[in-house]
Amino acid sequence: MEVEIPGKKKAEEVEKVVIRFAGDSGDGMQLTGSQFSFTSAILGNDLATFPDFPAEIRAPQGTLEGVSGFQVQIGKVDIYTAGDQADVLVAMNPAALKANLPYIRKGGNIIVDGDAFTDRNIEKAGFAANPLSDGTLAGYNVVEAPISSLTKTALEGLQLDNKSIMRSKNMFALGMMYWLYDRSLKETEKYIDSKFRKTPALAEGNKRALHAGYHYAETIEALPARYRVPPARIEPGVYRHISGNTATAWGLMAAAEKTGKKLFLGSYPITPASDILHELSRYKNLGVITLQAEDEIAAVCSAIGAGYAGQIGVTTSSGPGVALKSEAINLAVMAEVPVVIIDVQRGGPSTGLPTKTEQADMNLAVYGRNSESPLIVMAATTPSQCFEAAYMAVKLAIEHMTPVILLSDGYLANGSEPWKFPRVADLPEIRVQHPVKPQNGAFYPYLRDPETLVRPWAIPGTPGLEHRIGGLEKQDVTGNVSYDPKNHEKMVHLRAEKVARVASRLPEQQVIGTGHARMLVVGWGGTYGALFTAVSELQHNGADVDFAHFTYINPLPKNTATLLKRYDKVLVCELNMGQFASLLRSRTNHPNILSFTKVQGQPFLVAELKEAIMQHLNLK
Amino acid sequence: METIEPPVVKTLTKKDFESDQLVRWCPGCGDYAILAAMTNALPQLNILRENFVFVSGIGCAARFPYYVNTYGFHTIHGRGPAFATGIKLANPQLSVWEIQGDGDALAIGGNHFIHALRRNIDINIILFNNEIYGLTKGQYSPTSPTGLVTKSTPYGTIERPFRAADLVIGAQGTFFARTIDTNPKLMTEIFVEAARHKGTSLVEVLQNCVIFNDDAHAAITARENRDDFQLHLKHGQPMLFGKDRKKGIRLNGLKLEVVTIGENGVTESDILVHDAHSEDPTLHLMLARMAPPHYPMALGVIRQVRAKTFDEAVAEEAERVKQVARYNSVDELLNSGETWEIK
Repeated sequence: MEVEIPGKKKAEEVEKVVIRFAGDSGDGMQLTGSQFSFTSAILGNDLATFPDFPAEIRAPQGTLEGVSGFQVQIGKVDIYTAGDQADVLVAMNPAALKANLPYIRKGGNIIVDGDAFTDRNIEKAGFAANPLSDGTLAGYNVVEAPISSLTKTALEGLQLDNKSIMRSKNMFALGMMYWLYDRSLKETEKYIDSKFRKTPALAEGNKRALHAGYHYAETIEALPARYRVPPARIEPGVYRHISGNTATAWGLMAAAEKTGKKLFLGSYPITPASDILHELSRYKNLGVITLQAEDEIAAVCSAIGAGYAGQIGVTTSSGPGVALKSEAINLAVMAEVPVVIIDVQRGGPSTGLPTKTEQADMNLAVYGRNSESPLIVMAATTPSQCFEAAYMAVKLAIEHMTPVILLSDGYLANGSEPWKFPRVADLPEIRVQHPVKPQNGAFYPYLRDPETLVRPWAIPGTPGLEHRIGGLEKQDVTGNVSYDPKNHEKMVHLRAEKVARVASRLPEQQVIGTGHARMLVVGWGGTYGALFTAVSELQHNGADVDFAHFTYINPLPKNTATLLKRYDKVLVCELNMGQFASLLRSRTNHPNILSFTKVQGQPFLVAELKEAIMQHLNLK
Repeated sequence: METIEPPVVKTLTKKDFESDQLVRWCPGCGDYAILAAMTNALPQLNILRENFVFVSGIGCAARFPYYVNTYGFHTIHGRGPAFATGIKLANPQLSVWEIQGDGDALAIGGNHFIHALRRNIDINIILFNNEIYGLTKGQYSPTSPTGLVTKSTPYGTIERPFRAADLVIGAQGTFFARTIDTNPKLMTEIFVEAARHKGTSLVEVLQNCVIFNDDAHAAITARENRDDFQLHLKHGQPMLFGKDRKKGIRLNGLKLEVVTIGENGVTESDILVHDAHSEDPTLHLMLARMAPPHYPMALGVIRQVRAKTFDEAVAEEAERVKQVARYNSVDELLNSGETWEIK
């Protein structure tokens, strides 16, 4: 559909569009992408973003290793992923073009900084000849804009050095995109003014570059049409942007505030979890204590110590770090001390793919400790849902006196989306009970609540409750060390039953769809956006398929087995080799649980999911 | 900076600190004497019983918390200092004691040991040094002397041992004391001093394992050696020892030497006076490294200097951040920065 909008050109209305910004890791592409996202969100679009940056901090300029990208999908329809393929690529140099070309839709728009396509840069990127002229880009609509030189011209007369001038060229590119998608410059101008409050020349330079880009796009004929992505129908309310790691940090803080407790984070830096440590370390005024421990083990041990002493103990890490924490987590299982362990999963095994995403730590979380070691495992589903997931992890740890492992992943951690955030007052209550000295009779540290089997959280400093706990097997009720065989067996069962009974407090597993389709697509954790989009689109086209996405892995929601039984076929889609499928097979006895898996360090594409689901639907 | 001790309601006695658990160390083990010295020391500290927490890792020594009637947490091998750090930061009112053996502290837990000292968290670490692994039945430890024949070194160890003091000084520790399981009075005194020190207090107790490394410290503890090979240091006192306290320590150039008053013109004014509070740890290290046969072993508080503790720094930082904080609640934080309303 074409509509007339102010300006010289016709505008084409589109439902959704995917844009990818790419440049050297020093080119400011993350900032450019997030500014575009923010402006679009204010305009009322729904959106999802995903940054794609290198493991190296500053790889040599102009090389493939140094390319940093940022992808955003905006829409007038609900958006759940950053999109499979980009409709538009903004590439600031040949390396950015080369690294990102595979992610651009055939026929898409490619905007490059023509000034950056020097022989030397072309060679550094590994092109044999200039890709702008040798036919490499046949089938794409290429706009070769002299971004560097035009930025320079636009900033003439300002007292700025060449480096500062060249740093503004991302704003020129952003200005072009703002024209192309009919967005206002206002929000970004406000941002620039606030960021460069103390350096007016830089503020002026960035704004000039932004305007220059906008007017350049308006003037040139190379851009085929202007696109318009009207606002989405979004639930009314106040929104903000949030990434998964920030949401996780804030969810933990909300739980601390709700309980009136301090939040103690013991953590050791590791990609992609460190941002949670960074974020929490800013709020020491809000009862947050962060300890950057000497290693992963000390991180979890200090958190368990804090939980034992009556505060909220949390440790954050990724797979390799969580592996190191196993023994300590088992102590918390044995001693029954509340602690939250957050595993922001990345590609593995070993060091693996530190900046890429994967869901392969589920087995580690559920089974990765010596002996019979039951604990709660849950998984966050979207960047903003990390808030609720972290909050619930604390609630369950405290209310059930157990370690809780919360699985996030690199995709959720760095991805962001608009979020209609809650008020702390509206969050579910967290029951905290610390016993005091009984009026008559003795205190027993392992005397359990008959319904939940939870033991009392008696904390040091309470008169009359002095007692000893530890990693040795303990006598039922008294907690004294015991090597009695029958007692040991009883305790093993009690610990398992305590965690199993958490299921009665969890919401039942919901299904999206008719509830009686032939096949059920199952996912868990961070793949929610892609799976939901794929299944919804198929359902819209009449496919006989339902969808269930799990947040609670252990224990499973109590209706899981009966739910799965309704379907002839269950297709579990996950970014590993079929870990959740195996778990469901062993827990439900369903005879036909199949797997669709991907282990490339990349999130699912909607297209590949749809294809896989269709294939399974057509098979008898 | 000094915290005020909470008032004590009733006077506690040794008995109040004895738990109802059967003590299960080997008969003759040095640990019994350490336990007795500890339950003697605790009532002297003017701290409520419920505010004590004993933390330990794994090993014979690590059973200690079960036998003290306070809060206790028997954790995992070598990680005691990390648990103790979390406990102290979570509740700075607590008096946190951490019991370690030489394997627990200096082998598997070496990293946590040095970092607790570096941060100077206000906890008391009691290091039971018997130079052997007891609970696993007799393998050499990181403090076993080179050549020691053990279950895992049938031809004698070929490794060089750690000296705990070297690590304490290297990690910028603020309190190092050494005592011995055959001297209950000294142990009790030193435990009290350790508790009163603000910062990480490291007490090395030379402890005897009767089963796997009996008489490991005989060069110091044997009746015939006691006088000549134990130097009891006291701040402000001359470093004198020997049966009639005629022997002393003198600084000769960059070396310590043992001299006898009245011989070769040596007078009492030549003898070093112990300064435990010296910031410069050089002399403390030299004293801590003395050992038979050429020197006596230094016992007592060798180093005690005041530096900001980690828990104090954490509390100060929180106050500082409060002065400049932009958000005072999670709701304010949620509403901060760029938000927009959809109508």
